Amino acid sequence: MSTEIVNTDIKIKLLDLFQENLSVIKNDSPDYINKIREKAIELFSKLGFPDKKNENYKYTDVKKEFDNGYKTYLSPKNIKFEIKDIFSCDVPDLNTKVILLLNGWFYDRENLLQELPGGAIIGSLQKAMEVYPELVERHFAKYADMEKEGLVALNTAFVKDGIFLYVPKGVVIEKPIQVINVLMDEEEGFTSHRNLYILEENSQASVVVCDHTLSAVNFLTNSVAEFFVGQNAHFDYSRIQNEHNGSKQISHLFFHQEKDSKVTNNTISLHGGVIRNNISVLLNGEGCENNTYGLYLTDKGQHIDNYIFIDHAKPNCISNQLFKGVLDDFATGAFNGKILVRKDAQKTQAYQANNNILLTDDADIKTRPQLEIYADDVKCSHGATVGQLDENAMFYMRARGIPKKEAKLLLMYAFAHEVIQKIKVPALKDRINDLVEKRLRGELSRCNSCQMHCCNT
Amino acid sequence: MQLRKVMEKDQDKILHEVTQSEYKYGFVTDIESESIAKGLNEDVVRLISQKKNEPEFMLEFRLKAFRYWQKMKMPEWAHLQIPEINYQDIIYYSAPKQKASGPKSLDEIDPELKATFDKLGISLDEQKHLSGIAVDAVMDSISVKTTFKESLADLGIIFCSFSEAVQEHPDLIKKYMGSVVPYTDNYFAALNSAVFSDGSFCYIPKGVRCPMELSTYFRINAANTGQFERTLIVAEDDAYVSYLEGCTAPRRDENQLHAAIVEIIANNNAFVKYSTVQNWYPGDKNGLGGIYNFVTKRGKCAGENSKISWTQVETGSAVTWKYPSCILLGNNSVGEFYSVAVTNNHQQADTGTKMIHIGKNTKSTIVSKGISAGFSNNSYRGLVKVTKNATNSRNYSQCDSLLLGDKCGAHTFPYIEVDNKDSIVEHEATTSKIGEDQIFYCNQRGIKTEDAIGLIVNGYAKEVLNKLPMEFAVEAQKLLQISLEGSVG
Repeated sequence: MSTEIVNTDIKIKLLDLFQENLSVIKNDSPDYINKIREKAIELFSKLGFPDKKNENYKYTDVKKEFDNGYKTYLSPKNIKFEIKDIFSCDVPDLNTKVILLLNGWFYDRENLLQELPGGAIIGSLQKAMEVYPELVERHFAKYADMEKEGLVALNTAFVKDGIFLYVPKGVVIEKPIQVINVLMDEEEGFTSHRNLYILEENSQASVVVCDHTLSAVNFLTNSVAEFFVGQNAHFDYSRIQNEHNGSKQISHLFFHQEKDSKVTNNTISLHGGVIRNNISVLLNGEGCENNTYGLYLTDKGQHIDNYIFIDHAKPNCISNQLFKGVLDDFATGAFNGKILVRKDAQKTQAYQANNNILLTDDADIKTRPQLEIYADDVKCSHGATVGQLDENAMFYMRARGIPKKEAKLLLMYAFAHEVIQKIKVPALKDRINDLVEKRLRGELSRCNSCQMHCCNT
Repeated sequence: MQLRKVMEKDQDKILHEVTQSEYKYGFVTDIESESIAKGLNEDVVRLISQKKNEPEFMLEFRLKAFRYWQKMKMPEWAHLQIPEINYQDIIYYSAPKQKASGPKSLDEIDPELKATFDKLGISLDEQKHLSGIAVDAVMDSISVKTTFKESLADLGIIFCSFSEAVQEHPDLIKKYMGSVVPYTDNYFAALNSAVFSDGSFCYIPKGVRCPMELSTYFRINAANTGQFERTLIVAEDDAYVSYLEGCTAPRRDENQLHAAIVEIIANNNAFVKYSTVQNWYPGDKNGLGGIYNFVTKRGKCAGENSKISWTQVETGSAVTWKYPSCILLGNNSVGEFYSVAVTNNHQQADTGTKMIHIGKNTKSTIVSKGISAGFSNNSYRGLVKVTKNATNSRNYSQCDSLLLGDKCGAHTFPYIEVDNKDSIVEHEATTSKIGEDQIFYCNQRGIKTEDAIGLIVNGYAKEVLNKLPMEFAVEAQKLLQISLEGSVG
């Protein structure tokens, strides 16, 4: 009962915060955004935080994370640093365009919108709202469903900044774009950035997102990203989550795919205290292809929960889901994948697999692969396994003189490789291979990428 | 192209016929029955208990359950659309009128009643009965007659109606009733615990292998009544029993409620096999009428090396909400669940199982086959939970769905929770329709489309039908034919 009161408190606190800072929040946002804000805050006050009674949040108590009383920032804090000084990228040899987001704010305040070859634009969403109102208005909050999800409504109400990417018709961006999300502060912080990616017809882009924490304090993130992938556009999105154990990350990705478009989405979760990834995909045209892959390696008291929803609204689409995880120590994990095939979505092919390895008796995994099918001419399958490393393979290697520890590593590495090989950017694939190997050996920590040596964990 | 068109036309015709198929057990027997007034309150619960002349502990159990039920809300998590049920508009007790002392011999049973069961193919006339199945016939939740009771008693087996067991074996009832499904378990279990009127009780003593199939046949006859029966099966160490359950109801335009509880306890090395052919009235082709079937079935493998096997063929009911489960408590115990669920017209089914692994080296197998046609929705919902102590446990689940038509739905909602590193859990599911190539293959060999669909559906369900006892397998196969009439010769 007492938690109930506390939770009501944090909800009321946030609502109050919104009202008190109304002018600051609404200031320098265009009217059309402020209108959406009002609707969002209304929805949030109605929906509140999802609790464990909500089937979709059965295995992760997100409400509890908000009770810590994080501070939220309404304007960017003035933290000056040279990216090279404190941060060396995990993917150094990647020939990419690097964009930095600090605590949810676009870092390069001098250069808020940058033009890429072919007329594509990347930059701060806040600035884009002002400079390209028509474009933003057409897509903003159109794909993220806040009617059902209080957390999305909360993010929308407080929306300030984040990444904005616009790729016009027919433009192909050859170089992958790398977005680095850095959380760094002296005190505990709550960030809720918002990203908007718009890919018009026949365009192509590839984005790599790395999440990092650079100070030892606790962080809570509640981010929303919307993706519009136009007709025949190809989009490749890879995310590497590598935050420390005091960070809680809740992210919501909404993909909207038009006819003949293709999206590949890789989520590699290496470290993080609590990670909850919501990925929803709407296949809104014939001939779409969606690949959603994930790999999670957790240990200690880490918790990961992947929630995937693929909506086959139109016929002749293909979707693939593959999520694999290794859980060590007393880590806990959950996977919830749902495929919905609507009435007229004939000739759908949808596949879903979730494989888990538990290394200790204290680790546990909950998996719910679900199918909801209303069309008859479909091929859908799902599978889930929970098990251990193959004893026969282990024996084979040990019989050939490979030490037990090494054999175990090899097997885990092979297990993870199925997901890694789906990554399309070769340099990134190699790098992630390295990272995963390091991670499995227990050599990778968040401090690897940090030059500040502020902690010894 | 031509051929394809013909085939499509054929299929349309067949599916059309499927939706036209009629329910053949829909007759009503004109039999005098004794009912109490509609509605549910504490007095009704007391009245039922009083009518059954129950000992004090039963009344207390009922009242506790009723008070608990009043505080509960109907669960809404199932993938079902159920119109609001008015629990005050149901008659909670209806019994075919019998002579005060109950039937001593066949001659005393109301001939109308006997005729009903004869018409259903259930012979109460044991002298002429050859198939060797002992039957407990239950009409409107009152046990009418239990056959072969005496010869079973020679072996020490108790097989009788639940009310009789309450009178004659109160210790056993007191010990086991509610031990697997407590009245606090869920909404319908609480309701049943409060108002159940009869059911079957079966006790197999230590070391006894029951020589014949035991069977309960449930029949709803009276209008506006709900049927609430309770089955309790106890198998002592090294015992074996195979238990069958069948059910039918008349065709009526209003929905009737059926909320039953089945509890099974298997002690060391005991094996209980429970088979159901559920054929309640499914409603007409527009979805009018039909039985709401909310059943809680659970078995407890209490002893080491015990085994409980559920096999079900679900073809009837407008709404089915049923999850026969196994609690694998004893080390090395085994749980099995085999299911074929067919939904047609506007039927809805949300069915599956729960396998709770608690003992070490426990094993469970789940095979579920769903077939949906017409406008129906068919869901599999299952939980496999492996607790920390259940080391070396193994589960294999397979749930397939077959769609016949583009207006029906097939859904799969598995829950898998594993909490130790030595266990292996696998789940796989597919959803598909009958392949055109399969039908083409049959056509090419001179098999008509209609027969081909029959062949394929039967082959698809074979894995489960094979698990049924022989006599039941035949009935189940026939039922499958009726449910998908037109497509199966």
